Amino acid sequence: MSKDDQILEDFTKSEYKYGFESNIESESAPKGLSEDIVRFISEKKNEPEWLLEWRMKAYHHWLTLEEPNWPNVNYPKPNYQDIIYYSAPKKKKINSLDEVDPEILETFKKLGISLEEQKRLTGVAVDAVIDSVSIGTSFKEKLGELGIVFCSFSEAVQEHPELVKKYLGSVVPASDNYFAALNSAVFSDGSFCYIPKGVRCPMELSTYFRINAANTGQFERTLIIADDDSYVSYLEGCTAPMRDENQLHAAVVEIVAHDRAEVKYSTVQNWYPGDKNGKGGIYNFVTKRGICAGDDSKISWTQVETGSAVTWKYPSCILKGDRSIGEFYSVAVTNNYQQADTGTKMIHIGRDTKSRIVSKGVSAGRSQNSYRGLVEIMPRAHNARNFSQCDSLLMGDKCGAHTFPYIEVKNKSGRVEHEATTSKIGEDQIFYCNQRGIGEEEAVALIVNGYCKEVLNQLPMEFAVEAQKLLALTLEGSVG
Amino acid sequence: MLKINNLHASIEGKAILKGINLEVKPGEVHAIMGPNGSGKSTLASVIAGREEYEVTEGSVEFQGKDLLDMDPEERAREGVFLAFQYPIEIPGVSTTNFLKTALNEVRKHRGQDTLDAVSFLKLMKEKMKLVEIDQSLLSRSLNEGFSGGEKKRNEIFQMAMLDPSLSVLDETDSGLDIDALRIVANGVNMLKTPEKATIVVTHYQRLLDYIVPDFVHVLYQGRIVKTGGKELALQLEENGYDWIKEEVANA
Repeated sequence: MSKDDQILEDFTKSEYKYGFESNIESESAPKGLSEDIVRFISEKKNEPEWLLEWRMKAYHHWLTLEEPNWPNVNYPKPNYQDIIYYSAPKKKKINSLDEVDPEILETFKKLGISLEEQKRLTGVAVDAVIDSVSIGTSFKEKLGELGIVFCSFSEAVQEHPELVKKYLGSVVPASDNYFAALNSAVFSDGSFCYIPKGVRCPMELSTYFRINAANTGQFERTLIIADDDSYVSYLEGCTAPMRDENQLHAAVVEIVAHDRAEVKYSTVQNWYPGDKNGKGGIYNFVTKRGICAGDDSKISWTQVETGSAVTWKYPSCILKGDRSIGEFYSVAVTNNYQQADTGTKMIHIGRDTKSRIVSKGVSAGRSQNSYRGLVEIMPRAHNARNFSQCDSLLMGDKCGAHTFPYIEVKNKSGRVEHEATTSKIGEDQIFYCNQRGIGEEEAVALIVNGYCKEVLNQLPMEFAVEAQKLLALTLEGSVG
Repeated sequence: MLKINNLHASIEGKAILKGINLEVKPGEVHAIMGPNGSGKSTLASVIAGREEYEVTEGSVEFQGKDLLDMDPEERAREGVFLAFQYPIEIPGVSTTNFLKTALNEVRKHRGQDTLDAVSFLKLMKEKMKLVEIDQSLLSRSLNEGFSGGEKKRNEIFQMAMLDPSLSVLDETDSGLDIDALRIVANGVNMLKTPEKATIVVTHYQRLLDYIVPDFVHVLYQGRIVKTGGKELALQLEENGYDWIKEEVANA
């Protein structure tokens, strides 16, 4: 058996570390989707009338849409009447972490993100969402002193309705696409963040998402608003238990950056990818988009995608303000039967706007990994610049890597560069590592980490370490 | 330390080594010379455990253990080091990071504690002097964009860090100018101890001006056809390999 075959063979041995299920009592809506369910969710959340109407409009629009077929992925379409759209842990806390169900805290400890630890040691403010409901936002008071609002989405609806009303759907309209419409109708919670003028958020804001209950979809909504001259770095992590059936995750993230504001959004996505035969796993159909609304603003997306059975995700930037900057750094690892169709859209509208795309795909097993990206330069976008780098790394000969770059330039002064490479992990490289005493598994992890370095470097320190471990873990048992 | 007995090896069904016998004792330096295609690099690769080569007959014993039974990384941890003729590039992985991983694997195998960042850097600084290598080179991606001389120096630097008992230098002199050659050879000489052995695989005699061998073996058509002292290398330099080929033909 050649080394490549062995890599392939043994890759399938790696197991999902986060596959435990927490024994938390939860309160759920009945299965299925209808006007009643939308109303049920809205009532549970004690929402104002305008929001219920907004949801209803989205729901009715969704009914007219069809699930998209253009991504380069194949999967049995979910039965939308067989999903539970609302599930909340029963013992609802509110004031402090002490009141949180100990089982939930235990869950977070297993995930390696003890809220308390985080609070004390790292100074990362965490909002955790299990199934559909936000569990606790730490550090709220400290942030409050600076005027920063960081809370669950439902709380924001109650306490900052004017902001929610102004910005909800302003970047990703409810009618944007099939999954965004679905999310808009049934979203149950998520995170909300507002950074006032001139404030530099002194700590990383962080959200952890976890799907726990069976047959449950998770539809969270994140809204980040950075007012003039502000800065925030936002982290998002996700895991789920192992289950035989596919679970749906259809989130929406909206970011608004005003004049000279900067938002950095980092994701480490490790939803359950399904077993080695492709059974189970999360469908990760997510719409993430930011608008550089103000001049000289900047939005930077960094994502490390290792999980999910099927991923469909294009964190994008609308560069409306003059001289605004959009960035997208991505590592997508697929293994076994995972499928990923991911990339970005950079829409240049303002003058002298710049964008940069660095995408690193790693495919192993029988997985399919696609980069899909659009760079669009609008007629008014004088002197717009884009640079794209799309690299693919293949392990074994049964996986696929695909690149679908779309470039539309409508202004002659625009300059767009696209570079792409495809490579395989060389036996030479592995042998060289072996000859220095490094075993094959570790050699692969080392080489893959090196390959992804440019992206991993964009992550905040503590997240980068986690991401590196995750890459190594995903590759565990990949060689023998 | 190393006992090679009647070693046969082939690649893709083609026999390259056809019965090598060689014994290397601690403290010794052996030079393997020979014309192109005689099997010199194959011998180095088989010792290091490259998978493409199939050992069809014979045995190799290293410090009393069956070397052929070990994976390449085990051999490395046991103390076999190969300085590559063409060192491999690994983008995004710095030499420092690479070596720290390697050294800690080797130390674990030897039952030693892994080194923390501070002690590792201290050790690195010490060994850097031996091969006159610059720190900035070590923080760059491993071998990527290195000149020929830098790559070879980096190999010897790695050898210094990993402290192997048997070092095999595969055509380390190829592509080196005279200054680089001197630096590399100095490094090798300074690492020499009575407990360690070195096998120098080379096409030319000039490296042996700096690394003086105790034995010179001539490899031809997959066999060691002649063994002598360092003067044999000089003889080869002067007369080429033709007289050896004739001797073999007439034998």
